[in-house]
Formats: sequence, structure tokens, C-alpha cells
Amino acid sequence: MKLITAIIKPFKLDEVREALSAIGVEGMTVTEVKGYGRQKGHTEVYRGAEYNVAFLPKTKIEVAVRAELVEAALEAIITTAKTGKIGDGKIFVTPLDQVVRIRTGEADANAL
Amino acid sequence: MRLTNLKRLGLGAAAGLTALFAMSGAAFAAAPPPDPLNSGDTAWMITSSALVLLMTIPGLALFYAGMVRKKNVLATMAQSFGATGIITVLWMIIGYSVAFTNNPDKNLQQFIGGFDYFMLGKMTLKSINPLAGTIPESVYMFFQMTFAIITPALIAGALADRMKFSAFMWFMSLWLLFIYCPIAHWVWGNGWLGTLGALDYAGGTVVHLNAGTAGLVTALVLGKRVGLGQENMAPHNLVLSVIGASLLWVGWFGFNAGSATTAGYNAGMAAAATQIATAGASMSWMIVEWLIAKKPSVLGMISGAVAGLVAITPASGFVNAQGALWIGLAAGAVCYFSSVWVKKWIGYDDALDCWGVHGVGGALGAMLTGVFASNAINSSAKGWLIDGNIGQLTIQFYDVAAVFLYCGIGTFIILKLIDLVIGLRVSKDVEVEGLDINLHGETVHD
Repeated sequence: MKLITAIIKPFKLDEVREALSAIGVEGMTVTEVKGYGRQKGHTEVYRGAEYNVAFLPKTKIEVAVRAELVEAALEAIITTAKTGKIGDGKIFVTPLDQVVRIRTGEADANAL
Repeated sequence: MRLTNLKRLGLGAAAGLTALFAMSGAAFAAAPPPDPLNSGDTAWMITSSALVLLMTIPGLALFYAGMVRKKNVLATMAQSFGATGIITVLWMIIGYSVAFTNNPDKNLQQFIGGFDYFMLGKMTLKSINPLAGTIPESVYMFFQMTFAIITPALIAGALADRMKFSAFMWFMSLWLLFIYCPIAHWVWGNGWLGTLGALDYAGGTVVHLNAGTAGLVTALVLGKRVGLGQENMAPHNLVLSVIGASLLWVGWFGFNAGSATTAGYNAGMAAAATQIATAGASMSWMIVEWLIAKKPSVLGMISGAVAGLVAITPASGFVNAQGALWIGLAAGAVCYFSSVWVKKWIGYDDALDCWGVHGVGGALGAMLTGVFASNAINSSAKGWLIDGNIGQLTIQFYDVAAVFLYCGIGTFIILKLIDLVIGLRVSKDVEVEGLDINLHGETVHD
């Protein structure tokens, strides 16, 4: 099992969610985050006082998938989240030791 | 039976006629004076007082709170709310007395009022202050109280993010009694500036130049905020500031039109002048900023509006619509420069532009009052442009200079005194972590 963490542009969230649903990924956790990579921030001016804001709003999606589904999930995310411009984001895949469904106690593959 | 009734009738008639004669005699001797109360004036003045109070809570509270960092938002609102509380009580105890009642000594009367109204003991149900002869004294006292509240509360704009709450409350109290009350008396309470002929309809000098000067001095005495120039000190929520500025705009009709103390022609013209000047200033700030900074900011539009409100304040009951427009257009542009450029050049940390908007706007408005005042609008005034009275400009300048100097020096002394006894500024750790949690034990959660 793997945990896929994807940092994407916020307005792409719905498209990514639909694409993942279509390949059988049935749950996710979404967080609003701030970050930057190569995309520069922006400058805000308030009554002449300039502030360089390096951090940009992004959306973080976390999905737990069976190992067989990872390729398809990455494909789905990349296709829908990409705009071709700097700031599209990154995906991190990490190994998952255990998964438990709290309501039923089902574990691992049965909990995904 | 019938005879008894007829007798009664006859006696009654006789008694009535006698009474009529007696009364007509009495009418020439000592008739009860007609009640001077005008219910229209009274209704308007109670309303105005509520509107001006709304300007402080929550108008000013929100306006400032939106502009500070989130960690200080509650502390900033506490300053407006706290000022409202303490000043109300002090005004009741002694402020009204020394500002708006007469000093028995004719020489002292030039500078300060009397102490007779201590605890408002002499304010009865029906007492009337000659300064507002058609409304109850209770209403006039309350109306002036709301001015006394907002003036020191404005200073919070200069000291944002770094003053102790205890020091702030002492500052509000001492400043009210020793700076605001005398100056209010000088201009409005039959003191020397009013007698000289200074024109300040609703407080361009008494309120705004006064608070603005105090703000400048306070910013210089307190010093700059930790991290100024490096830290991100952007406003945390300008939505609050827009709401606050809008409440200020609407409430200001109580401020300016209420300063007529009557509900009639003068109040009406003051209201119209206020609206025209405010919109003019908002647009002129917006246009200047659009040209120079390439984008019209929301903060700019609301700041321009406030600058217009400030500048029209002394002029509101003396000018016509055209005068109001010129004053507004000038205020927006001038205050843009004083808030954005002058502050940068000189480098003082007037955090929320108390001097840049209120000080400069108030002084500008006071001088332009001398230019645009029209005898046709207000028979107690004669201005330069319309009435040819260039001397009015000199008198206006005396008003501006006197307020600036007295307030500047007095504020400095008060601040130094408080600093000596309890200290003015929070520690660096407190300032970095935030005032809300450290001074008030509260935070605004996400």
C-alpha cells in the first residue's frame, strides 16, 4: 500500500477528485496549504508599504491506494492537475505500513 | 333644585370670568416661559449621538483591526472599546464640566471651563446648555461625549501593535482631561479660539488635527515596531476595514450634520457637503494611486474616503456643494502623499496613518475652511474666496498652530510620565508573539 501526497493548484481540485474517482480511488483527505517551488510569490502594496509574499496558496491531497493502483493514480493526477505553467505542483509517494477502517476494524487492503 | 343649579352656574361663571381677568393680569406680570425645547432638534441630536458612537464602536475598531496582523486584532479592538468605557465615565465626572460649562473667572474662561458640573450634579431633567438652546442638556452632554470618545481613540492608529493596555488606558484618560477638554473649550466652549473667530464646525482641529498630532508624537516616542521593513505586516483582513470605514462614513453624518445642534437648513447642507467631499476624496486618492502605483487598492479607496471625511469636518457647516467638492478632491490627493510618501521619507512608524490622514487632513480642512466658508451658507462665517475675508485664513492658522503646539507638547509630557511610572511599550517577546494572547489572554481562532 502507498500513500500518495499531491500538492496541486487549488482550482484543480475538483478535476483531480473526479479523475481519481473514475479509476476507483474512493477516499481522500484535502488540506489548504501554502508553499512555493520555482514559482515566485507576489508583491502586495498597502499604502506604500511593500510586502513580498513568497508563499502561494496550494491544495494538498492525500490518498491511500493499493500498490497496483499507484501508476493509474499518478497518471490521473498528472493529467488533470497539469497546466504547463510553473507552480503546477509535485506528487510524493510513500510506503504505508498499515491502514484500519475505524468503524469496522477492517485492515489493510480491506480498508482501502 | 333648579335654583341651586342656577346659582352654581352663576357662581361658576363669575369665578371663571374672575380667573380670566386674573390670568390676563398675571400674563403681563410673570407668564411661565415657553419651553425652548424643539422636539425635531432633540430627536435629531439623540440620533446623531448614537451615530457618532457607532463611529467608534465598531466603526473605528473594525477599521483599525482589519489593518493589523491577526495576532493583534483583539487588542486593537480593545483599544476602541476600552477608550469608549473610560472616557464616558471621565466625561461624566468632570470632562463635560471643564469643556462646555463656563468658568466663573473671566480670564480663566478663555482657557478652561468650570467645575460646577462635577458628576453632572447640576444637570437636571430640564436643564439646557446655552450652546445648544433647543435641546436638553442631557442630549448635548451625550453628543459631546461621543466626540470626546472618538478623538483619543483615533490615536490608537499610531501606536498599534506595541503599547501596553494599561499604559493605553492611562494615556486615554490623561489625554482626555488635559488635552482634549481644554482644546474643546478653546474652540467650542466660549474659549479664546472661538472668541477669536476660528471656524471649526465639527472638529477638524479639535478632533482630527488634535488626534493626529498626538499620533505623530506617540509614534515618535514609542519607536518603530519590531521587524518593520523585514516582517510581513500586511493587513490581515481588509474586509473588516471596509466595514469599519463604511460605518465611519455613515456615522459621520451624526458627526458633521449633528454639529448643527439643530435639525434644519444647516444640518442638511452639512450632510450634503459631507457626502460630496468624502466621495471626492475617495476618488482622488484612488486616481492618484492608480497613476503612481498602477493599481487602485481597496485600502486606498477607503483611506481616501476617511481623508475626505476628516477634511470636510471643520468646513461642513460653512461651505456650499462646490466648496465641499474641492475640499474632498484636495484631501484625497494630499493625504495620499502624506501617508505614503512623507512617511517613507521621514521614516516614523505611524502604523495606521493617524497623522497622515487625521493630522494632515484636519489641518488642510481647517485652512480650506477659511478659503471656502460662505456667509450665504452660515451667517456666522465669512471666508476668503466668496466673501473676500482673507483675514479668516490667519485666524484658521492660529487655530491650527495652537492645537498643534499645545497637543504636541502636552502629549509628549503625558507619554513620558506614563513611561516613567508603568512603561509604555510591551517587551519585545510580547510584541513578537502578539498582543491578543499576552495582554488579553484571548485569540481569534481560524
